[in-house]
Amino acid sequence: MKILVTVKRVIDYNVKIRLKADASGVETANVKMSMNPFDEIAVEEAVRLKEKGVARETLAVTFGPSQAQETLRTAMAMGIDRALYVPVDTETQSLGVAHALKKIIDREKPDLVIMGKQAIDNDSSQTGPILAAQLGWPQGTFASKLDIKDGKAYVTREIDGGLETLALTLPAVITTDLRLNTPRYASLPNIMKAKKKPIEVLTPDELGVDFTPTLQILKVAPPPPRKGGIKVPDVATLIDRLTNEAKIKLS
Amino acid sequence: MPVYKAPLEEIRFILTEVIGARELAALPGYEDATPETVDTILDAAAQLCEEVLFPLNQSGDEEGCHFVDNKVRTPEGFVEAYHTFREGGWMGLSCDPAFGGQGLPLLLNCVIDELVCSANMSFGLYPGLTHGAYNAIAKHGSEALKQTYLPKLVAGTWTGTMCLTEAHCGTDLGLLRTKAEPQTDGSYALSGTKIFISAGEHDLSENIIHLVLARLPDAPSGIKGISLFVVPKFLPDTGVRNAVVCGGIEHKMGIKASATCTMNFDGATGWLVGKPHKGMSAMFTMMNEARLMVGLQGLGLAEVATQNAVAYARERLQMRALTGVKCPDKPADPLIVHPDIRRTLLTMKALVEGCRALALEVAKKLDIEAKHPDENTRAEAADFVALMIPVVKAFLTDTGFDVTNMAMQIYGGHGYIRDNGVEQYARDARITQIYEGTNGIQALDLVGRKMAEDYGRLLRRFFHPVAAFLEAEKENPALAEFLPLFISAFTKLQTASLTVAARGLANPDEAGAAATDYLRLFAFIAVGFMWLRMAKAAAEKLPCGGDRTGFYDAKLKTARFYFARLMPQVNALNLAILSGAKNIMDFPAEGF
Repeated sequence: MKILVTVKRVIDYNVKIRLKADASGVETANVKMSMNPFDEIAVEEAVRLKEKGVARETLAVTFGPSQAQETLRTAMAMGIDRALYVPVDTETQSLGVAHALKKIIDREKPDLVIMGKQAIDNDSSQTGPILAAQLGWPQGTFASKLDIKDGKAYVTREIDGGLETLALTLPAVITTDLRLNTPRYASLPNIMKAKKKPIEVLTPDELGVDFTPTLQILKVAPPPPRKGGIKVPDVATLIDRLTNEAKIKLS
Repeated sequence: MPVYKAPLEEIRFILTEVIGARELAALPGYEDATPETVDTILDAAAQLCEEVLFPLNQSGDEEGCHFVDNKVRTPEGFVEAYHTFREGGWMGLSCDPAFGGQGLPLLLNCVIDELVCSANMSFGLYPGLTHGAYNAIAKHGSEALKQTYLPKLVAGTWTGTMCLTEAHCGTDLGLLRTKAEPQTDGSYALSGTKIFISAGEHDLSENIIHLVLARLPDAPSGIKGISLFVVPKFLPDTGVRNAVVCGGIEHKMGIKASATCTMNFDGATGWLVGKPHKGMSAMFTMMNEARLMVGLQGLGLAEVATQNAVAYARERLQMRALTGVKCPDKPADPLIVHPDIRRTLLTMKALVEGCRALALEVAKKLDIEAKHPDENTRAEAADFVALMIPVVKAFLTDTGFDVTNMAMQIYGGHGYIRDNGVEQYARDARITQIYEGTNGIQALDLVGRKMAEDYGRLLRRFFHPVAAFLEAEKENPALAEFLPLFISAFTKLQTASLTVAARGLANPDEAGAAATDYLRLFAFIAVGFMWLRMAKAAAEKLPCGGDRTGFYDAKLKTARFYFARLMPQVNALNLAILSGAKNIMDFPAEGF
């Protein structure tokens, strides 16, 4: 089978975020960027399926500025076979990306799409579900375990009540949660090989997709700083303040 | 618990803005070493060092190596970490692609060596020694030896050692006694005992390949009668266990997770590497790289110690600032407000950053020496490397110990407590001043061999480019505050060089007595020259608004500190050098 994974270039998870002075967004200039950690898990899962002989071919796709191609190189250094890059100058939003992915999927005909459950930049968690709906494919979101057998994908999800296992008929869309796997370290020989592999480029025009953002960001502001705690003299005052100031119902 | 983040911003600044590492990609064989590729590799190496090697540093020190039934077990987690390191292909970074390596520049190897040593110096010795064994066979071995050993050493499934020292000879290898008897099948039977053999026995690899210095039966006495042999733990073709056995491991001050072994050779089968009696000259061809690596060990430890000292000085609340309360909401101000703490931290920072720039400049010249198409350029680079190696080895390892010691001082009593992890850096650093040629030997190498060569030809490879830089930059307003300080020191070095050379010719004790101070004087100027170049690069960036994080501003301020507060040491060193040998040699041995 053929697996398509999506990867996104985001601010590295170690970086302390700073806002732009004009409150238009998060500062990304001179900031370390790397692959969205949930996408790393998607890549790892695809590479493992290839190594187990379940998958025949793996393909990674990304959208974004030209530096986003480095993220594809990283995916290939981890073991992904092919890479496809769609140059997008504007902010990439879930709807546009899902539209474009559908076009790519119509062309590439993968049996399985594995995506991060969310990108850590804006935490939308939308692209996977939108894509599944547009394709009319079953979806297994927040996968913490994945088994492929008899033409089905068995996806275990961590839900409030415990673990839920879904059986999805392929083709399907799966989004990854943290516990699905631990991504490998890219090996030096694979980094060097990935540098030499071609990256296929498809423009938005060729895809016939409009990436113009449909959501407008009005303002980005930091959360209010935490206020220091206070000491109350006794339990009665505590209950009084909880009830009347914090508006907590203590029945 | 100590912390470590690979200083990639610093490294990238030096590579791209100070020493011009991108030039290397133009050399034949280094086409792949583009800045983008180097960047990716650095990210991957940093992640491995921070996440895999560093977490085992303190536990490895605490547990140490175990010696049971002539076998060595490395500390918990080392086998898995070595496996990850090896699987990642890191052993072969700068090795020949013909044997499975990546053929990348030595400069990159040096950068990553620093990261590995910061993260876990004990661990780094296993691949480090393997690289040494690789070099010995690659440079001097027959085609058959290369085919047998190099692919395995590059892959790291086999590791290597260098067996030089014996109980009665360390610095003076001419005294060594291990014997090699020729056998009818062309092999040799080696007998003798080697001590202080790093990675001599362990559980990380399938086979251990010893490079052994020994004497043939017809060997001339002394240093000219030593040959180099390869002695595998298991014979490659049959897998038979060879007669080389670990007799014990040392209990050391530091690098406790590195197994330092006594190795007994009882008629062990070995093969000659290179020509008979030419073992020492074979060693010399590998020495530059090996000594640079040891310098980087000192640097790596200084870096990680500095990172932790800075973090502690920011967190630890103690006393109020002399000029009034800085943190009124806290019971005391953080250590970092105090001038003496900040002086110490700046000393550490200025030394670490300056030493790194010098080491990487030398590493780049190693690559030029190896790969440049023009013969003269290669020869000039070789001269520069030969001159700087003793300086880098001695000064970076002295700095390694000094800076780790300063980090302990920042921590106060908590620096003396093992749980906090900083005293380990000082203990680990201490060996680097001793092995691979003690720093006293480095000073003699500089004064006795390098300075004397061809009436100062090597010195000119440093002095002339410095003079040219000073001429070119004399009107540079950004350097105006630094140049007079540097020129005064540089002039002292030039005069001291002439004086030591002249006096040394008349009386070798004069050179010997001046050596250590001279090396240190030399180092302050060599590092000072790198600080000039860093200041120049930073000053060019400042006005373009490209200093969002304050990086370049900090660079200039650190340069200012170096020239004002550290460079003046050259005055004292110069006076000591010029005072001559008499005040040392007049003192009778019985008088001590």
